[in-house]
Amino acid sequence: MALEQFAPAGVMIIIATILAFIILVISRIFGPHRPTFRKNAPYESGMKPIGPAQRRVPVRFYLVAVLFIIFDVEVIFFLPWAVAMRDLGVYGLIVMGVFTLMLIVGFIYEWKKGALEWE
Amino acid sequence: MEFNFITVAFIVFSLITLGGAIGVVTCINLFRGTIWLMVSLFGVAGLMVLLSAEFLAAVQVLVYIGAIAILFTFAVMLTRSITSDKMRFTRVWVNVISAGILFVLFALGVIYPVWVANAATHFPVTDAGLATTTDLGVALVSGSQFVLPFEVAGLLLTAAMIGAIVIARDADDEGN
Repeated sequence: MALEQFAPAGVMIIIATILAFIILVISRIFGPHRPTFRKNAPYESGMKPIGPAQRRVPVRFYLVAVLFIIFDVEVIFFLPWAVAMRDLGVYGLIVMGVFTLMLIVGFIYEWKKGALEWE
Repeated sequence: MEFNFITVAFIVFSLITLGGAIGVVTCINLFRGTIWLMVSLFGVAGLMVLLSAEFLAAVQVLVYIGAIAILFTFAVMLTRSITSDKMRFTRVWVNVISAGILFVLFALGVIYPVWVANAATHFPVTDAGLATTTDLGVALVSGSQFVLPFEVAGLLLTAAMIGAIVIARDADDEGN
């Protein structure tokens, strides 16, 4: 694959970067910036905060992230197979079927165990 | 060194990679450090594109920036007080020395095979005749190549999924 094919992606990255800078800089220049202690409080003109705001995050987040990584890696395995699928034919479909079957076993376990539910 | 578009892109992506890495190690706030890590990983993805490794670049963006950096973020959130700005890291010299040793080892690992050993065969080749994503897909399911590692990888992913559920849910039950 030639490098020129990445030109659209490069253009998009450049435009997105410039746009982000423009938005930040313009709002910094033209917007009033007069912070006070009251304004910087977590709840402006609300109740006074009690105790630290940082609570312990439930371990459930970790589980979701790990499961997401695993499914992400599965997608990465599917990708080259999908690109070459027409050439591989039925044989490729069977090989990928075995691969998918093993992952479905894990998926069913996950489902039955309730790991997908957010109590 | 000829000065063309690829050289400029290489310099830009190298600066992004190294700048992000410096941000990671100098940030006191670990949460910001993970954001810098994403910047650094993105630079590496750009370098992979320049080396005609598009699939690896896609993997880098999808898996490393999209998933592993998120896992890092959650891991930082899971630790109780490490995200606060008051926490200072004091063992600087231990880290400086170990990072220096690691840097020398990695530098030797790059320099030795490319320049000292047989330079003609080890130098990275970036012209036509490289393996494409289609070749990779064929190789993954081909019986004479990587079909067994491919299926074993599926088994490994399943084991990782079950292991994550077992560990996280046990920890969850203890918390209740």
